[in-house]
Amino acid sequence: MFFGSSFFFWMIAALGTLILPWHMQQDGVSLSTLMGLGAEDAEAASTLWQALHFGRFWFWPVIAALALALPGALPFGSACTRGRVLIIAGSFGLLSIIAQGFAIGIQGWNYPFLEAVFGELQDRQFGIGLGGALGFIGFLVLLTDGLALRGYFKGDRFIAGAVGVLIACIVIFTAWPVTTILAQIFTSQGDLGVADAMAARLFDRKIWGLACVTSTANCGVFWNTLVLATSTATAATLLGLCFALIVTRTSFPARRALRLLTVLPIITPPFVIGLGLILIFGRSGVVNQLADSLFGLQLGRWIYGFNGVWLAQVFSFTPTAFLVLIGVVEGISPAMEEASSTLRASRMRTFRAVSLPLMLPGIANAWLVVFIESLADFGNPIVLGGSFGVLSTEIFFAVVGAQQDFGRAAVLAGIMLVIALCAFIIQRVVIGGRSYVSLTGKGDVGLPTPLPTLVRRMAYAIALPWAFLTITVYTMALAGGFVRVWGRDWTPTLSHFKRAFALEWSASGALILSGGAWHSLFTTIKLAAIAAPITAVLGLLAAWVLSRQRFFGRTALEFALMLTFAVPGTVIGVAYILTYNLPPLEITGTAMILIACFVFRNLPVGVRSGVAAMSQLDKSLDEAAVTLRASTFRSLRTVVLPLLKPAIVTALVYAFVRAMTTVSAVIFLVSAQYEMATVFIINRVINGDYGLAIAYCSALIVLMMAAIGLINLLVGSRRLGRRQAAALIGGRA
Amino acid sequence: MPRVMGLIVAVFIGWSAPVWAQGNLNLYCSATIEWCQPIARGFERETGIRVTLSQKSTGEMLAQLRAEARNPRGDVWWGGTGDPHVAAGEEGLTQAYESPRIAELHEWAQAQWRQTEGRTVGVYASVLGFGFNTELLTRKNLPAPSCWVDLLRPEYRGEIQMANPNSSGTAYIVIATLVQMMGEDPAFDFLRRLHGSINAYPRSGTAPITAVARGETALSISFVHNAAEERAAGFPVGHAVPCEGTGYEIGSMSIIKGARNLAAAQRFYHWVLSAEAQLAASQEAKKLQTMANRRVPLTDGAPNMATARIIDYDNARFGASAERRRLLARWDREVGALPR
Repeated sequence: MFFGSSFFFWMIAALGTLILPWHMQQDGVSLSTLMGLGAEDAEAASTLWQALHFGRFWFWPVIAALALALPGALPFGSACTRGRVLIIAGSFGLLSIIAQGFAIGIQGWNYPFLEAVFGELQDRQFGIGLGGALGFIGFLVLLTDGLALRGYFKGDRFIAGAVGVLIACIVIFTAWPVTTILAQIFTSQGDLGVADAMAARLFDRKIWGLACVTSTANCGVFWNTLVLATSTATAATLLGLCFALIVTRTSFPARRALRLLTVLPIITPPFVIGLGLILIFGRSGVVNQLADSLFGLQLGRWIYGFNGVWLAQVFSFTPTAFLVLIGVVEGISPAMEEASSTLRASRMRTFRAVSLPLMLPGIANAWLVVFIESLADFGNPIVLGGSFGVLSTEIFFAVVGAQQDFGRAAVLAGIMLVIALCAFIIQRVVIGGRSYVSLTGKGDVGLPTPLPTLVRRMAYAIALPWAFLTITVYTMALAGGFVRVWGRDWTPTLSHFKRAFALEWSASGALILSGGAWHSLFTTIKLAAIAAPITAVLGLLAAWVLSRQRFFGRTALEFALMLTFAVPGTVIGVAYILTYNLPPLEITGTAMILIACFVFRNLPVGVRSGVAAMSQLDKSLDEAAVTLRASTFRSLRTVVLPLLKPAIVTALVYAFVRAMTTVSAVIFLVSAQYEMATVFIINRVINGDYGLAIAYCSALIVLMMAAIGLINLLVGSRRLGRRQAAALIGGRA
Repeated sequence: MPRVMGLIVAVFIGWSAPVWAQGNLNLYCSATIEWCQPIARGFERETGIRVTLSQKSTGEMLAQLRAEARNPRGDVWWGGTGDPHVAAGEEGLTQAYESPRIAELHEWAQAQWRQTEGRTVGVYASVLGFGFNTELLTRKNLPAPSCWVDLLRPEYRGEIQMANPNSSGTAYIVIATLVQMMGEDPAFDFLRRLHGSINAYPRSGTAPITAVARGETALSISFVHNAAEERAAGFPVGHAVPCEGTGYEIGSMSIIKGARNLAAAQRFYHWVLSAEAQLAASQEAKKLQTMANRRVPLTDGAPNMATARIIDYDNARFGASAERRRLLARWDREVGALPR
């Protein structure tokens, strides 16, 4: 009965409000400071003690809500009454936590009208800590339990709780910061009023201009961004599909190597690709010099501008498309393809009429993800853009550049959000309303059909040169870590590694990490390792809720989940410090803000790959489990999760790797204590010290390869009930 | 868990409690990390005050100061181009301070201090000039430029890079310098004619000189010390200070308003203006800028502010954000929008 009723979560709420210290502790929470009841210092006390002993009256509503919830949390009385009590007490508790947090800050009342009504407050409070967090979670689950008892969410407490937690996370870590920064649109500028300033920013020729159609002048950044994102998404999806087909559906000898190769660009900080491309295609690059000496051709500076950015983005994002697509292509049940061949359709026709349409959700998802990544990409346009500007670079320089206009940045960020929203809607219209189920519980379903010859040849023709080019770019770029001056003096040396990762033994025999990179390396690994599982769990939970449950506001939740992805890192970074520098949630300068940033920036990929994989699973599988009286949670754990292993791997790998390679968002969030590897590298690059930067990058690449291998090993691959023909599929990775 | 949070709590509680240890200093640094670190360590050695260093570009740092305005976390902001410091002063994000060492500084550093009513003081200066790739010029058989007017030569067409003034403080200083030297209308006429010779306006201020070093473009308008640094890194880069005279950027320092460790911040301010501190840090970081203290000798290979024809840069007028916005809007309208 303990877990069957809501009493467990009432206990959590009680623990948070009555016992544990409510506010964040200066030296962290240790066992000795856990007891907040009777603490001598107001800041170390629980709400009950603060209200009783320190006269902090604003905590009484929270305590009252807790008392109110108790009858609902105990397993007595009718479900209907308990549900009503829990809904009222839960929402009252949440509201009073939020209201007191916003009303009273570090300088007393936060709003002048409150001061006018209640008079000056001789007290203050800081951001919430462990107690506050537990109290919030407790009341939240009490509320969702109440909703479930009243019959919402099919009366299922687990679904109600999952939806509640997701919504709370999205509201706190996405909607709130994004709203904070968008509110900056309504700031005045110099002598202009709010309305005039807004109009001037919104109808700017630099955003909407179409001068490039008729002359050589530059177009507005809106058009640049749109054209770039569309062409990058299309090319990267096509390439990703070719790679996915080769790896899963052919007997190409180097399939495993190909798998690794396509992951490589994801684990590289973006400027490396840009600089590698300059070394190959730049004006003084290998290709230009060859063309000059062989044919006397001057190829010039074509790499700068749209061409170069597009090329670098396709390099950077093909792996993302590949990661999303591979699970989908693998998951297509051969049964339908076999049925098609049995009906004497040619391989080509089977591919066109059966396989390809079944891949559509994957293709559409990959396209959307790449489109949005391209929108938000900052590294490539900054290295290769030349005069070519896109929204993300404009936003960055609106904030940090010579203009320093937050309002303009907010307008541009708003435009970017609208583009993302439109892409999202189009994607839903394209794939919405059709069934792509092909994994059912009906046992052995046959062998995957090999690709038609034409398609196979095309895939080879497209993917293999690209793979070769990727190897070349990487060799050129990574060589920089092993030579004296990259692009100039190619004498081999290991001095860059020595500067980064030197080890010394002190006189007493203790190991000293004297290299400059150790501190940031350990911090990065630690934070990435914390963020990745959280991202995967939240992402897959969200994917499951979105694709399996029907409830009011589902589409809004889905869009909100994609939101952080569409906002460029710089905007998120600034939004996060604007939002979390003040109570109620005061986490600037801590590891928590970095982890939150990683989790909610990378959540969308976890969600998309989960949704894509989930839309292939027949719902009758979970229904069978539920019919056998398994709880919703159990059917999720024992039926759905094992079938989602590729999606779990994707989410984990992506989250881990992105946490280690993100630059633009974290540059505002790092502190001296929590320095990230990428920020360290970027500082080296800004200083022109490419050797050390690339040496560090190559160490990171090796490290991430190892991590990816480890994740694959731990999660394992999904075992589908399919025959494994040695000749065709043998040795699948 | 969070040390920053702990600091705040400690400071608020600490009002009644005795002061702890030697104290702390949160140093916001906008120079390169190679320069920030020796300064932080040097101050720690000198005073025993623990320095927490945070390094970001000036623009990013200003954005952060604004975001933190109601709850400042930094104490003193050292380094980086002067205009964002001046802007921060205008917005009331920094506070005035007078160190006895002000009298030891070069005139340009004192002038900035006076113009900002004590909120910002110059700590080093960088001279604007040209960088060029000597190999590329030889191969193309082009002469090296030595004056602003040289840039308009037809043979340089498509070979010059300058950063986009909308995003780069360096490029804005180019415009401000030309306006002060030539007068506003002739300066914009010059920029319009220059526009035809420019192959790209990259967004970052150091991008043009990086492009010069790697042979991607022949000439750039950049800070002379950046060109000298590329040369020191082994690239075929030469530099020149324009014969008609040129402008400069002042690397600045400000004390953040609401600094929690005000005493430590003032002590740092005083210490870092000393000739010994400036010399030690700039030598360790191999910096070629001119230091603010008059007693610091010039590094070998550094451009000499005394011999170059330096204009009397009007920081008060051109650092103000209204003037900046007006000039940038005019550049956009009359230069940036033109076809090439």
